[in-house]
Amino acid sequence: MFGFGTTNSLTMDKPHPESLLDSAVQGSIGRPFDRIDGPSKVSGTATYAAEYPVDNLAYGFLVGARIGAGTLISIDADAVRSMPGVIDVVTDLDRFIRVAGQGGETQPPTQGVRDIAFMGEIVAIVVAESYEAARDAALRLPVTYEAGEGAYAFAAARAKSYVPPDGVTPAHFNQGDVDAAMAEAPVTIDATYVTPSQNSAAMEPHASIAVWEDDGSLTLYGAYQMPSTDASQLAKCLGLSAKKVRIVSRYIGGGFGSKLGIAPESVAAAIAAKQIGRPVKAVMARQQVFEATVRRSNTEQRVRLAATRDGKLTAIGQESLVSNQPGEDFFEPVGIGTHMIYSGENRLITHDQVPLNLVLSGSMRAPGEAVGMIGLECAMDELAERLGMDPIVLRKTNDASVDPEKGVPFSSRSLSRALDEGARRFGWARRAGPGEARDGEWLIGMGVASAVRGNMLMESSAKVELRPDGTATISSSMTDIGTGSYTILAQIASEILGLPVDRITVALGDTNDPPAAGSGGSWGAGSAGSAVYLACEMLRGKLAKAMRVEDSALTLKDGMAIGNNRSSPIGEIVGDGLEAIGHIKPGKQEKATTQASFGAHFAEVGVNRVTGEVRVRRMLGVFAAGRVLNAKTARSQCLGGMTFGIGAALTEELLHDPRNGKLVNRDLAEYHVPVNADVPQLEVHFLSERDVHANPIHAKGIGELGISGAAAAIANAIYNACKVRVRSFPVTLDKLLPGLPDL
Amino acid sequence: MKSFAYERAETPEAAVRDIDGATARFIAGGTNLLDLMKLQVETPTKLVDISRLDLASIDRRDDGGLTIGALVPNSDLAADPQVIAGYEVLSRALLAGASGQLRNKASTGGNLLQRTRCYYFYDTASRCNKRSPGSGCDAIGGVNRILAVLGTSPHCIATHPSDMAVAMRALDATILTLKPDGDRRRISIHALYRLPGDTPHIETVLEPGELITHVELPKPVAGRQVYRKVRDRASYAFALVSVAAIVAVEEGRIASASLAFGGLGPMPWRNAAVEAALVGQAPSADAFAAAADALVADARGYGANDFKIPLARRTLIATLRDLTGA
Ligand SMILES: Cc1cc2nc3c(=O)[nH]c(=O)nc-3n(C[C@H](O)[C@H](O)[C@H](O)COP(=O)(O)OP(=O)(O)OC[C@H]3O[C@@H](n4cnc5c(N)ncnc54)[C@H](O)[C@@H]3O)c2cc1C
Ligand code: SF4
Repeated sequence: MFGFGTTNSLTMDKPHPESLLDSAVQGSIGRPFDRIDGPSKVSGTATYAAEYPVDNLAYGFLVGARIGAGTLISIDADAVRSMPGVIDVVTDLDRFIRVAGQGGETQPPTQGVRDIAFMGEIVAIVVAESYEAARDAALRLPVTYEAGEGAYAFAAARAKSYVPPDGVTPAHFNQGDVDAAMAEAPVTIDATYVTPSQNSAAMEPHASIAVWEDDGSLTLYGAYQMPSTDASQLAKCLGLSAKKVRIVSRYIGGGFGSKLGIAPESVAAAIAAKQIGRPVKAVMARQQVFEATVRRSNTEQRVRLAATRDGKLTAIGQESLVSNQPGEDFFEPVGIGTHMIYSGENRLITHDQVPLNLVLSGSMRAPGEAVGMIGLECAMDELAERLGMDPIVLRKTNDASVDPEKGVPFSSRSLSRALDEGARRFGWARRAGPGEARDGEWLIGMGVASAVRGNMLMESSAKVELRPDGTATISSSMTDIGTGSYTILAQIASEILGLPVDRITVALGDTNDPPAAGSGGSWGAGSAGSAVYLACEMLRGKLAKAMRVEDSALTLKDGMAIGNNRSSPIGEIVGDGLEAIGHIKPGKQEKATTQASFGAHFAEVGVNRVTGEVRVRRMLGVFAAGRVLNAKTARSQCLGGMTFGIGAALTEELLHDPRNGKLVNRDLAEYHVPVNADVPQLEVHFLSERDVHANPIHAKGIGELGISGAAAAIANAIYNACKVRVRSFPVTLDKLLPGLPDL
Repeated sequence: MKSFAYERAETPEAAVRDIDGATARFIAGGTNLLDLMKLQVETPTKLVDISRLDLASIDRRDDGGLTIGALVPNSDLAADPQVIAGYEVLSRALLAGASGQLRNKASTGGNLLQRTRCYYFYDTASRCNKRSPGSGCDAIGGVNRILAVLGTSPHCIATHPSDMAVAMRALDATILTLKPDGDRRRISIHALYRLPGDTPHIETVLEPGELITHVELPKPVAGRQVYRKVRDRASYAFALVSVAAIVAVEEGRIASASLAFGGLGPMPWRNAAVEAALVGQAPSADAFAAAADALVADARGYGANDFKIPLARRTLIATLRDLTGA
């Protein structure tokens, strides 16, 4: 794939202090460009997975198990086959996938649906001439089961917890002796925080159209964040070689992790399409998105902090219980941010898994930090109070100058700066003591929390072509899940090639194009962006050659190449056209430095002293994430993350019936994501920063930073408002009521 | 959704003639019925579309009251100047419900007859006496944080989810209907809904195929009006507890009080004892507490919804304070 001659490959073994994004003069980078895909989205011409016009299409509706655990005995297909419009009932008890794939996995997810591991497991697909006919038959399809024993209640199953294999973070980590440090310290906190299971609730449901080509290969139009590894998962599920599967995922209506791996509708559509000899479309009903894709695990976190009287942490403990389906290795990496956020010699960060017969748990926006920073940052607030110290001062006192576990430097780190800048902008100095500020019926409080999100670089490539008409095209299997990838990739190419953004076309989401890691873990911009950078760097070299100047003597701007006292339209010096592939890979920098984005959240809330209702009044996020590629899309990412934080703090919770695991609030009426009225004035401020260790564009991840710590800032503000500390999330009014003053 | 026949009625008389009440349904805005049909909770064999009937006007009667057509959209009703002037509690209740888009579609008649939001009612794989009589009630012993604490039975603890109907109960509305046999009825809103008992699937006194044509409001009464809704999100969430209140204070005493409650019971709730505890009294913490005690005297929680009992007390007391300035 990475053919010599046209490929510019870089492994991040060394820092990359020089960036063409600083020396180029087009002026595109960083600017708040509107999304280049915006007009096609608002005019309805952007094709989402379910919207490709395909001839002879049949419609599939999935059938989910209606027991919590047991064995599938029979499916009476004949009972519905003769219904008008029904083509067939398709199942494959060995190859249907029981659970969704995890992000980046090239191995298939657990296959086989004879055993029912949770309510909602997809066991069949009914295919018909219309969606309505398929849905009717699917709802009437008689399926019989033999009920088995399942574990549905976390409290009851916790005794069966076990240590899972290490994941993105070690399952168990121990440094020094937390118990001893706790015993010795003058001031300690030992508190347990609980967070619920959550669903990404992306607007677009999971959807696939499966089309078998004449040569036996499969084209799948899907809503997938990581098409390249997803194609590999899907191929293996179907017993095909990876080359035989093409995934097209040009537009994705939000993923938030739920579309990192393949979901059951893809395999079902592919198998059904093969069986009936026609393309099949399978769109999950909203209830199925909730029941059968992926959840963020619930967590129970025991957080222990030990400190000296002047607020120096001597120990940090975060021992978490999380849950997943029996046999699944992924665990919610609760402590991943705790490893690097504060100094402190003695450290114990553990994760134990409780097996539960509920839908798979996997990655949801900022896996780890999104929930782990709730426990840690609320505990820091409790510690600050016990110390009689300002919570910002406490955090700054423990800001780590080197990685507190690995001893290596941070690639860049602006935590204290974010806290200070935020305090100034937010008016932190006006914060009153707990329960002291009031506005009519509303008790008012302010809270703060730190934000951290690990930065990742993932092997990625992209091709850039320059044409004689002075336009350029970028292509890659990178995706845009609504974040702005299309736009920032165009801006990078625009900056380096000296072409206005509107002369650049970006084609994403097709595995026929150079492979990239897609969107996940906030690595997209840094990884695919660097691949585009490297391709453009190579093209720039070719243009310099064509102009017969040194690379450094070439200026590219507004479509002109300028050098050696000459200028020429770029299109005129590219011959029949030029192309280059850029390819980036993580290297030694990953271990030589600890890389993460940092920030600080500030929240002001009102707690109604009559009802316990909580309303966020304003929020500010101050973030440092290396170079900001587009001020508008970066801000939007943070606004979205902070909004996730409001949901995590106040409203979002998957409710399972403890008797059979049934998810009862499986639609958007009853699974409460924040609505406009819940989201007040949010303010985002970026600190200027460059990260030369991360990648040649000096940018770090942003998409998940905005959620890390956001919910904790709100919970801390609630305490400051009403002096009630709720450690079980979401902080709904029923939990606050008992602590509120009598009327 | 099962296949169904569809007919559009041109007149109320034709609508009731075309309907076989046992298996057919009227469809107005469809915002509740269609959701239930998609899940096969409702499986009518026929829909009679009443959405274009000439029942969408709001008219002032000679006696000073208002007659509201059954097809007046919730958003129009909320914005009507006569409603805002004389029945502020109704306008506020409507605006506290659902979302702008839903209110544009939702009709006055459909809102009165919307079904419960009990989670288990919405899933045909659950036991639910309301959906499938005699099958049991999964909500008792299950997830029931949003369900009722008043008027429940061992067979059903569902709430009626409407905000509008709560205000209408405080306003002593009357429901006008047309029956399939051509008779017209006037039903006080206080007599419209039934307690679940052992037949939770029968929610109102309407006969199968009986069409709501209008809702009448008596002429505006004295007093200050307010609708207070307590909910988990700031908008687009059903009431955990709501209070529709009209209270008049004359010469330092509560001259009249009309109080109805949402989120607490299987119907918009009204209890004469609550009002009796107030009328004739000077507004005071004691009087308010007595009213609140009367409200929750027979309340019973089912675990996760226990909090609704203190919440209802507090919300009522705060509402009364607001209205009387005490
Ligand atoms: C997500 C969501 C949130 C919501 N939030 C709220 C909320 O916060 N507060 C609130 O009050 N409501 C809320 N609603 C409910 C909404 O108000 C109702 O769905 C709506 O009022 C129903 O009116 P409709 O005209 O659409 O009824 P339809 O769906 O058309 O009909 C409902 C029922 O009434 C019957 N019917 C309709 N008209 C008549 C008539 N004239 N005579 C006899 N029978 C009739 C139908 O046969 C059907 O059985 C919400 C709904 C949704 C989907
Ligand atoms: S409370 Fe009523 S609606 Fe809910 S499950 Fe029980 S019977 Fe059905």
